Amino acid sequence: MNNATVLVIDDEIQIRRLLEITLESNQYRVSSAATAREGLRMAASHPPDLVILDLGLPDENGHTVLQKLREWYTRPVLILSAQSSEEDIVKALDNGANDYLVKPFRNGELLARIRSALRSNTNDESSSVLIIGELEIDLSARTVKKNNVAIKLTGTEYKLLSLFVQQEGKVLTHQYVLREVWGPGYISQSQYLRVFIAQLRKKIETDPNRPTYIHTESGVGYRFALQE
Amino acid sequence: MLMSIGLVLLTAAGCYFVSDYIGYRSVAFILMLIVSLAAILFDIVPVLLAALLSALVWNFFFIPPRFTFHIGSAEDGFLFLMYFIIALINAVLTGRIKKAEQLIREKEEKAKTVKLYNTLLNSLSHELRTPIATIVGAADTLLTDKSALSTENRKELTENISIAALRLHQQVENLLSMSRLESGFIQLRKDWCDINELIYAVLNRLEQPLKNHPVTVSIAENLPLYKLDYGLMEQVLYNLLYNASLYTPEFAPVTISVTDAADKVFSLEQNAPSVLKSENHSLRLVVEDRGPGFPEGEIEKVFDKFYRIHHSRTGGTGLGLSIVKGFVEAHNGTILLENIPHGSRFTIKIPAETSYINNLKNE
Repeated sequence: MNNATVLVIDDEIQIRRLLEITLESNQYRVSSAATAREGLRMAASHPPDLVILDLGLPDENGHTVLQKLREWYTRPVLILSAQSSEEDIVKALDNGANDYLVKPFRNGELLARIRSALRSNTNDESSSVLIIGELEIDLSARTVKKNNVAIKLTGTEYKLLSLFVQQEGKVLTHQYVLREVWGPGYISQSQYLRVFIAQLRKKIETDPNRPTYIHTESGVGYRFALQE
Repeated sequence: MLMSIGLVLLTAAGCYFVSDYIGYRSVAFILMLIVSLAAILFDIVPVLLAALLSALVWNFFFIPPRFTFHIGSAEDGFLFLMYFIIALINAVLTGRIKKAEQLIREKEEKAKTVKLYNTLLNSLSHELRTPIATIVGAADTLLTDKSALSTENRKELTENISIAALRLHQQVENLLSMSRLESGFIQLRKDWCDINELIYAVLNRLEQPLKNHPVTVSIAENLPLYKLDYGLMEQVLYNLLYNASLYTPEFAPVTISVTDAADKVFSLEQNAPSVLKSENHSLRLVVEDRGPGFPEGEIEKVFDKFYRIHHSRTGGTGLGLSIVKGFVEAHNGTILLENIPHGSRFTIKIPAETSYINNLKNE
């Protein structure tokens, strides 16, 4: 998707310039802010298609900024963090971030995440059939096909897959998936999640050990995205 | 303190019964011997006390007239004084020797720390400065370029910057992990881990370094889920495999095998059929390579901080394996390294909670 607008909120001038140059050379329109105040103001006056938010801002805690942004902003937010603390990342995801990148990150990774976040945003919500790579998921008929061959899924496997595909590109935390698929009583029962992810991968992935659809985010959760 | 007093009193009591045969002057020598013994065993204060007490006891119980502090003859008075002084010198000298010994020990400790620190500095300055020098140099050349550089050279310099930056990143990550271990509070975030998923996640990350090494993975059938810190275990396996990729020749195969090691615990009640009380499960992870193995004399040391095998190629800080050991031990596990014919074998055993769920297929 060309000419999408991206707002970068980061206090480090070098990172801001790097992102501006990289994103502009990939046909994005970029604006940037060095503080939380400025960033929130800019997001409100010209809502961008995607926000890249650094968690370590000088004037306000990044988590608070994210919460304030999420009060009205519904499009994707990508978190940048210099700390790889899993708690921090899970907290940001629970506060509504779509994805995260830990500094240092590769440009290719950054562009792939932005693309997949924007793509999920443009999924036509009125259509009940989603096509992702070789997969075709019909949400109203509750059927799944791969290369036009029907795949038989159990009830839980289907619930899991439909949760993932409806939030394509977004990192879903373990707790979130457990609550949505099994219910609030199961948020600490991550063993179910492990077993079903393995089962689901066996059915939809060409090589379950090198998944191209369901990706593991170490210690955080899973992300459904077609890896090109 | 009490021991030295007791020793003096006990000896005095013993001497009391034989003093008629050996004479009270011999008793002085015996008591002096005890004070000297005390000086070897105890600190300065108890020894001084023993010296003082023994002098008084000798005077009161042995020097005639007995049972008084009165001393009959000038000769005995002189002897008493000498006894007192010698006992004191004895105590003070021993005290000094002990202090000197302690100083030497402290100095040795300090020398060891300094040596470790120097090793760290040498290793670090080399491993950090090399990539930094590459980045600074290459960037300078690119900046001052008056289009004298060929497109190929420009590309090569840019690639060098990228490689050096990644190497720098790896070293910094290692140092951060090490300081996490050193700080002593690694908090494990244990959660159910699918070992198969863990292994392939690491292998996918290492695709490039391991591209010329055939890797075989064998995972026991029906391996349970284990409750472990996924992030730390990922790093354990990453470091082991990355090491194998660095230090074994191209095309040398690498094997990863995982089994469950269950120690069955039976109840010890007598006259009852032995009842299986519980099973303590351990994850047993073995990584084998077909490399040159480790020099026999150095196997013990490879897990030490900053230790590098002699004449080994550059590229590491000597931290990888000590981080592996630290993270395994944070899980109360053990790691064993041994040479096998044509290679080496790391065996990791980690006790952990397990979960077998196999009956969910129809849910």
